[in-house]
Amino acid sequence: MATHVAPSVEADGTPRKGRAVRLSGRDRIALALMVGLPLIVVGGLIWFPTFASIALSFTSWDGIGGITTAKWIGTENYQQVATIYPGFWPAVRHNLIWLGYLTLVATPFGLFLAYQLDKEIRGSRFYQSVFFLPVVLSFAIIGFIVQLVYSPTQGLVNGIFGSNTDWLGDPSINLWAVLVLVGWRHAGYIMILYLAGLKAIDPALREAAAIDGAGEWHSFRTVVFPALRPINIVIVVVTVIEALRAFDIVYLVNKGRNGLELLSILVTNNIIGEASRIGYGSAIAVILIAVSIIPIIVFVWNSFQESEQA
Amino acid sequence: MSDARPPSPGSAEASHTRLTRRRLIVTGAAGAAAAYGLSAGGASARDLSSSLFRSTAAGTVTFGSNASDPVPKKAYANVFKAFAAKTGTKVDVNTVDHNTFQEQINTYLQGQPQDVFTWFAGYRLQFFAQKGLLTPIDDVWATLKPQFAPAFQNASKGADGKFYFVPIYAYPWAVHYRKSVFKAKGYTIPKTWDQLIALCKKMKADGLTPIAFTDKDGWPAMGTFDILNMRINGYDFHIRLMAGKERWDGPQVKKVFNTWREILPYTSDGALGLTWQEGAQQLLNKEAGMYMLGTFVGQQFTGADAKDLDFFAYPAINPKWGQDSVDAPIDGFAMTKKAKNTKEAKQLLTYLGSAAAENIYLKSDPNNVGANKGVDKSKYNATQKKSAALIASSKHIAQFLDRDTRPDFASTVMIPAIQQFLNKPNDVNGLVSSIQKQKKAIFGS
Repeated sequence: MATHVAPSVEADGTPRKGRAVRLSGRDRIALALMVGLPLIVVGGLIWFPTFASIALSFTSWDGIGGITTAKWIGTENYQQVATIYPGFWPAVRHNLIWLGYLTLVATPFGLFLAYQLDKEIRGSRFYQSVFFLPVVLSFAIIGFIVQLVYSPTQGLVNGIFGSNTDWLGDPSINLWAVLVLVGWRHAGYIMILYLAGLKAIDPALREAAAIDGAGEWHSFRTVVFPALRPINIVIVVVTVIEALRAFDIVYLVNKGRNGLELLSILVTNNIIGEASRIGYGSAIAVILIAVSIIPIIVFVWNSFQESEQA
Repeated sequence: MSDARPPSPGSAEASHTRLTRRRLIVTGAAGAAAAYGLSAGGASARDLSSSLFRSTAAGTVTFGSNASDPVPKKAYANVFKAFAAKTGTKVDVNTVDHNTFQEQINTYLQGQPQDVFTWFAGYRLQFFAQKGLLTPIDDVWATLKPQFAPAFQNASKGADGKFYFVPIYAYPWAVHYRKSVFKAKGYTIPKTWDQLIALCKKMKADGLTPIAFTDKDGWPAMGTFDILNMRINGYDFHIRLMAGKERWDGPQVKKVFNTWREILPYTSDGALGLTWQEGAQQLLNKEAGMYMLGTFVGQQFTGADAKDLDFFAYPAINPKWGQDSVDAPIDGFAMTKKAKNTKEAKQLLTYLGSAAAENIYLKSDPNNVGANKGVDKSKYNATQKKSAALIASSKHIAQFLDRDTRPDFASTVMIPAIQQFLNKPNDVNGLVSSIQKQKKAIFGS
């Protein structure tokens, strides 16, 4: 049995309703499996735990003895998290600072690097490799590098400047110290994404702008940047994901305490390990989900708007 | 009905085999996923592999160990070799990284644990006994009882009075110093708080950091809190506080923090960025005069430096209590509820509690003191002799904050709270009120 493709217009000229392609039996089975199996995996491994976390956040459970020992306590976990947990609001603040720093400093710097390297200056391949190198390193290694660079007695920074600053132990500066190295990595990542996009721009556009007498910044702002709309969306998504996903570096430096708290750290502190406050940690996780949903909604709404316009 | 495409030779057979191959791959993947899902269940991959290969032949017992560092690992291996030679029962050891073992303990005990596992005395033991995850071993203790001092016996019991634990060694927390530095500068061992402050002033004038202090790891500062609380408010108050039966915002706890603030100016700069190993280095390099830590600090000292290392008990503060209490965490073993080879497990526990086993262990790992009364003290080095004397002379032995109280309270509340105190030592009222609110939420009262 073969696939039958129907004409898009009926015999009397009206547009055809329903599926344009009638599938054979075997194709139907294959389609069902190809869609069904990933759906089961995503449903079981992502959606089910998400809803389970939301449900568990209204309980008090220590993880021992099966889920029937969980005690329903309503919104008490959320009240405690918001009022008496000293690490929560600093964690929210730090996540927002992380997001703001990546959006306003690291990503623009990556764009700047990409734009300069797109000009095919001498040694641009070398520069690309140098800036992309930290992206290849895992966050665990970067956490280790952070400790080597900022160690108060044997670190690189204190060694070069002869200073005595406690970069990682002082809660007012350790987040910024870590963010410098995070930005170093993030800029390289953004740079490569943007370079790919810049290479795809029609050079005629830029020539037209140059002929019209547009300066470099003006031509970037009005011609190049809008032309890169799909890449821009990818970059925004990547930046937001990296900001909300931040965990590894901070965990390696000092387990995410004393000025380096993040929501992801609070979740793991409460759930994984001996602490085992499953309900409490789930409440923090639900808050993190809620925060993450906002950019997702914006992104999805944006792309639906686009497809309607297209 | 006509095909959109002209029929190609063999296309029917080709599409037939293509679909079959596709189906084969898909069903194969589905089958593998189902098989893994069915067999793994709640166990981790580690447990899965160990349970697949675990021998359940008679004469074997399985042992879950957190002794991942080479020194204790080798020491245990020697003990098990002697056990096998004595009884013919083989010990199947599964070693996990030290910190990971503790962190995974909840899932470990509910999954597929080994028969016997390394653990700690204190609330950390009683908590799991209460949850029904350990096997009571009163029959093992029938023979072991006369061999242990009452303090060790009490530390091995659950809250219901039954025995769940067999101790192997303990190590005290005390103030360490270098004998050569004290001799050269003419310092004397302080016995009271005022003498300690005076000594700190003298050391500071001599250019030393009087007390090395590190709290990047979060737990070292608990040792100072524990000893100050026991010196100021007594052992009973300390244990009741750890059990959640006392308020944290009462005058007693405030006094502990206010007293602590008096020595903070004499402690290491940037303590929150230093690990305990760096603190030991400060003592080793004669940059610091004293260091309040467990005797495991000796691991950082070798050769002549090791001989130069000494310690004294923390000075008395309230003459009512004097120096009657000490933090001396006890390490040992417990039997899981899900143990398969119960007879061999109890045999192993009886052996591990014996002086003979402790002698073999301490020969390879001499940083600790044996728990059994009959352990061979003649082989002790100077540090061990002093540790044993300190523990024996103490009326009360505490297990250290993170073993005496609920683990969720210790790790999510106390670690950040103490770090907050070190950053803002003047805001004691705000600090203790925040701890009290969280303690009420966790303990329920």
